[in-house]
Amino acid sequence: MARMVTNRRVVVSTTAAWCFGFLIFFPILWMILTSFKTELDAFATPPSFLFFHWTTENYATVQERSDYFHHAINSIIIAGGSTLIAMLIAVPAAWSMAFAPTKRTKDILLWMLSTKMMPPVGVLVPIYLIYRDFGLLDSRAGLVFILCLGNLPIVIWMLFTYFKEIPKDILEAARMDGATVGRELIYVLAPMAVPGLASTMLLNFILAWNEAFWTLNLSTLQAAPLTVFIASYSSPEGLFWAKLSAASTLAIAPILVLGWFSQRQLVRGLTFGAVK
Amino acid sequence: MATQQTQLLARSLLTPAVALLFIWMIVPLAMTIYFSTLHYNLLDAGSETFVGLENFRYFLTDPAFLASLKNTLVLVGSVLAITILLGVPVALLLDQPVVGLNIVRLMVIAPFFVMPTVSALIWKNLLMHPVSGLFAWLSRLVGAEPIDWFNDAPLVAIILIVSWQWLPFATLILLTALQSLDEEQKEAAEMDGARALSTFIYITLPHLARPITVVILIETIFLLTVFAEIFVTTGGGPGLQTTNIAFLIYSQALVQFDVGNASAGGLVAVVIANIVAFFLVRIVGRNLEG
Repeated sequence: MARMVTNRRVVVSTTAAWCFGFLIFFPILWMILTSFKTELDAFATPPSFLFFHWTTENYATVQERSDYFHHAINSIIIAGGSTLIAMLIAVPAAWSMAFAPTKRTKDILLWMLSTKMMPPVGVLVPIYLIYRDFGLLDSRAGLVFILCLGNLPIVIWMLFTYFKEIPKDILEAARMDGATVGRELIYVLAPMAVPGLASTMLLNFILAWNEAFWTLNLSTLQAAPLTVFIASYSSPEGLFWAKLSAASTLAIAPILVLGWFSQRQLVRGLTFGAVK
Repeated sequence: MATQQTQLLARSLLTPAVALLFIWMIVPLAMTIYFSTLHYNLLDAGSETFVGLENFRYFLTDPAFLASLKNTLVLVGSVLAITILLGVPVALLLDQPVVGLNIVRLMVIAPFFVMPTVSALIWKNLLMHPVSGLFAWLSRLVGAEPIDWFNDAPLVAIILIVSWQWLPFATLILLTALQSLDEEQKEAAEMDGARALSTFIYITLPHLARPITVVILIETIFLLTVFAEIFVTTGGGPGLQTTNIAFLIYSQALVQFDVGNASAGGLVAVVIANIVAFFLVRIVGRNLEG
C-alpha cells in the first residue's frame, strides 16, 4: 500500500518536473531548431517544429558575413585573460586571509564584497574618459583589465571559502617537518586546492564570457566579444531570424557545456557563502 | 618567530589585491564626484565650469529621472516576485524523487548561462514578434488577438525576459537550501500526523527564510543594473517606457555626452545600490562568524 503511494508520487513529480523543465528550456531549444531552418521556414505561420527542410547553411553564412571566429577569439581572450590575471592576484590574497587571518580579515573580506556592489553605471563616465585618453577603447587589454577587476571580489571570496575548508592540522604537520612556506604551498596546499581553483576559474570564465555592460560600452568592432557581436543583430539585420539563431547558438554553446559542470559552484560563488 | 615571518608574508600577499580594489573603487568614484559638480559636455570640451550641486538638482527634478526610477522599481520588484513565487515551487518539485533529475536540473538552470544579448534578442524576435512570433501563433490558436509586446507592453516584455534569466538562480539557491534541510525533522513531523501543508508552513518555509532573503538581496543588486536587455531590444523606448536608471545614465553619458549630469546620476545609482548592499553585507558578515 505504502509502496503504491510512493510510486504514484514519483510518477506525478517526475511528470511535473519534466514538463516544467521543458517549458523553461524551450526558448533555447526553439533557438537551436530555428538555426537549422531556412529564413522562410523561420518565419512560417504556423511554425514548423521538426518537419522542415533542415539546413546548416546559416552557420556558414554567419561566419562568412560577419566573421564569427574573430569575435569568438576575442571572447576567449577576454574571458580567459581576465580569469587568469584575477587568479594570480586572488590566490595569494585568499591564501593569506584563510591561513594567516588577523582581526581585520573579516572587515577586509566584507569591504571587498562591497566593491562588487557598486553599480558599474556609477563609474561609467570616468572609466570611459580614462579609456579614451589612454587609447584603451575597443582594445582587448582594456576589457581584460576591467572584467578582471570587476570579478576579483567574487574570485577572492570563492577561493577563501575553499581554502577555509582545507584542514589546518595538515599544514602544521608539514611545518613541524620543517617545510618552508614555499614547499608548503606547492606540495601540501596546491594538491588539496586544485578542485576549488578549477571551479573558481570556471565560474569566473562564465561570468566574464556573458558580461554585457562594459563590453557593450567599451568595445565596438576590433575587440568586440560575442556579446557585442550578437547585439549587432538588433539592427534591421535581426530580421534574419535563422542567422540570428545560428549566431546565438554558437555564442552560448560552449558556456552551456561549462555551466553544466559549474552548477554547485554557482551557488557558492554568487552567494558569498551565505547559502550552503 | 616563524609566526611573525608568516604574518609579514601574509600581508605582502594580500596587499596587491587590496591596493587594486582600492584604486578601482576610489579613483573612478572620486572622478565621478568631481565631474558631478561641473558643467561638462564632451561635445563642448574645454568649457567646463564649476556649478556646485546644480547637476543633482537638474537630474533629480528631471521627469526622466522619476520615470526611470519608477521603471527600475517596477522591474526589480516584478522580477523578484516572479522568480521567488515560481522559484519556491520549482525548487520543492526538484527536491522530490524525480526520474532523470540531472537532465531536468540542467534544463532549468540553462537560461542563467545564456548571455543577456542572446536571450533578449531571441525572446524579442522568435517568441514575442507580433506577427511571426511563437506567442502570436499560440494566442491565435486559442482565438485571442496577439499582443504586440514591445509596443503595447514593453516593460512587461523586459520583465518576462529578465525573469526567465533569473529564475534559475533563485531555484538553484532555494534547492541547495532545501537539500540541507534535515530529512529527519520532516519525517518526525509526518509521523506526528502533520499534513504536507503544515509541514511546509511550519518547517520548510522558515528554513527557506534566509535563502530567500539572500536571493532577494543579490538579485536586487544585479537587477538594479539591468542594461544589455534594454539596450538591444527597446533602447529605452518607446518614449521613456523602458528606461531604467542604468540606461538613463548611459544615454546621458554616451549619447548626449553630458558628463556632469551623467555623473550626478551615477552617484544617485551608487547611493541606491548601497542601501541594498548594506543589508546584504550584514547578512554575509553574520554568517562569517559561524
